[in-house]
Amino acid sequence: MTAAPLLEVRNLRVEFPTRRGTLVALHDVSFSIAPGEILGVVGESGAGKSMTGAAIIRLLEPPGRIAGGQILLEGRRIDNLSQDEMRRIRGRRIGAIFQDPLTTLNPLYTVGRQLTETMQTHLDLSNSEARKRAIDWLEMVGIPAAAQRIDSYPHEFSGGMRQRVVIALALCAEPRLVVADEPTTALDVSIQAQVIALLKRLAREKNTSMMLVTHDMGVIAETADRVAVMYAGRVVEIGPVREVVKHPHHPYSIGLMNSIPPLDHRVERLAQIDGAMPRLNAVPPGCPYNPRCPKVFDRCIVERPDLLDAGSTSAACWLYDRAEAPHV
Amino acid sequence: MFAFILSRLLQALPVMLVVALIAFAMFAYVGDPVSIMLGQDFTEAQRDALVRDLGLDQPFFVQFARFVGNAVQGEFGLSYRLSRPVAELIAERAPATLELASCAAAIALFVGVPMGVFTGLYRRSWLSRFFLTFSLIGVSLPTFLIGILLILIFSVWLGWLPSFGRGEVVQIGAWSTGFLTGAGLKALVLPSITLGLFQLTLIMRLVRAEMLEVLRTDYIKFARARGLADRTVNFGHALKNTLVPVITIAGLQFGSIIAFAIVTETVFQWPGMGLLFIQSVGAADIPVMAAYLMLIALVFVAINLVVDLLYFAVDPRLRADRGAVRGT
Ligand SMILES: Nc1ncnc2c1ncn2[C@@H]1O[C@H](COP(=O)(O)OP(=O)(O)OP(=O)(O)O)[C@@H](O)[C@H]1O
Ligand code: SF4
Ligand SMILES: [Mg+2]
Repeated sequence: MTAAPLLEVRNLRVEFPTRRGTLVALHDVSFSIAPGEILGVVGESGAGKSMTGAAIIRLLEPPGRIAGGQILLEGRRIDNLSQDEMRRIRGRRIGAIFQDPLTTLNPLYTVGRQLTETMQTHLDLSNSEARKRAIDWLEMVGIPAAAQRIDSYPHEFSGGMRQRVVIALALCAEPRLVVADEPTTALDVSIQAQVIALLKRLAREKNTSMMLVTHDMGVIAETADRVAVMYAGRVVEIGPVREVVKHPHHPYSIGLMNSIPPLDHRVERLAQIDGAMPRLNAVPPGCPYNPRCPKVFDRCIVERPDLLDAGSTSAACWLYDRAEAPHV
Repeated sequence: MFAFILSRLLQALPVMLVVALIAFAMFAYVGDPVSIMLGQDFTEAQRDALVRDLGLDQPFFVQFARFVGNAVQGEFGLSYRLSRPVAELIAERAPATLELASCAAAIALFVGVPMGVFTGLYRRSWLSRFFLTFSLIGVSLPTFLIGILLILIFSVWLGWLPSFGRGEVVQIGAWSTGFLTGAGLKALVLPSITLGLFQLTLIMRLVRAEMLEVLRTDYIKFARARGLADRTVNFGHALKNTLVPVITIAGLQFGSIIAFAIVTETVFQWPGMGLLFIQSVGAADIPVMAAYLMLIALVFVAINLVVDLLYFAVDPRLRADRGAVRGT
């Protein structure tokens, strides 16, 4: 990567102190996102995708806390900012899109009010300017008759339209990065593609970077520039989208990609990865994937692999340690 | 809107009729008005004349219809005990009860809501814990005991506030008010606190529970993710959503404040409708009791209607349902 990264996450560790010891929800998570780049994040349920997004905007559910590592935005650390300073980053520098548009909007405020209050919090705008821009934004995200719809309440919109409003809200203060956590999962299948296309178009137009969490490999393949695969609170593989989807290196990624139905023809039964992801309090020592890994060997049981150079991608797997090369 | 009010009034009609039936039954089955009114010495002819005058020789439905017809005009006959028109007695006593109930409701609302918001927002602070403990006392101590304790402390020991009566009242037309004199205001303090305390703690706990619920919602998280100030999120977005359900309960509580004023008025010898009712019960003064019963029922019905209308004002989702009927 040539450009200086917009967002850099270094060895991020998130912990949940509980009565029965500390749960480590994120373990040494590292990745970066370049300006204008879209990073897809995939992985099984519970892998820590949402947690990573929440840690970046510092809205972890208490008692969850960042216990180690650094988060840098445009080269400046943001993981140690006060809540007040962080508030000026949220919305203004990093926008967020949540999963369920039916619950993300305040039911008692018009969409116009929610837009103008967001813009006026971050930008120096008069009421009439803010209102004008709010209408512009509704138009940009494809709400028909925006000038009339601005005074409508969220329940007067369909799910897809509401998610468009949420996108407008996330982008209206012109952030440099958007964290989109499964932005289409809750939507009707027929409109998922439209909403993703909109998101991608706006990100490209505004040169906004995006961290796009999704379960949909089709979306990843079409939208992302790079992909991070997460497993049990770790990034296990990261690399350019074509490589990770077509030629994954980490055994978990290989299993994950094999479980995707091919677009052109239906298969009887999807290949499933045997077993389940370990619970946070039962992650095995060594490589967390070792109980399920078809290629497991001695070292995997005792030593934990970090991201290693696997050629076109990086993979956290001992198979790609040069010293282990003979095993491959 | 008009149709809505009309339908609510129609729904209230059977309720009022049932209450009227109960009130009417008291005349027919509790005590014998004829012997009460005639006293010791009477002739058979006098007795028959009175029975005819009172219409007691007519069939049940005719008697009931006449009772309802009179009640609608505020006509409940003469008090057995005081030999004065019941309507006049009640009109005399109503200002005292209404002023007391309003003060109690104001205390419950303007102290209870902020306390609930505070305990919801700052769950762990020692002040919140203190409020919660205090509210347990408010809920568990019976009203008369609280009244007696307050009298003991502030009237007997400290001598700051009067222990009975309304102090000085000023007559404005038919309305006698204690709001305009120092003594009148002082006299209001202890009874209002006594009457309002239970509702205060109830509202506080309700607001707290609602607030905790609302703070967990996605739209509050999203409001924070948009970078809105804590003040805006907590006291704008969260509080407004909290108050929607609180309105119903608080509104209905006002009805019970008026009803429960009986105990407080007895403890403080407050010359209101409650005290009148208790004195009438002692003297088996059926007309007053019947009138009081119907008045309280009417108050509840009226409050229900107001609460429903308030809902409309606060919650746009309900307004929309109405709009849908209009075809917008
Ligand atoms: N309050 C909490 N206390 C303890 N553990 C938690 C808490 N919240 C989440 N976790 C755990 O943290 C892990 C990561 O959760 P996260 O929501 O990030 O998963 P995800 O990858 O987004 O999954 P999904 O695809 O289902 O959204 C999960 O194992 C979850 O059980
Ligand atoms: S390190 Fe070992 S167990 Fe882990 S993925 Fe690689 S081969 Fe499998
Ligand atoms: Mg998630």
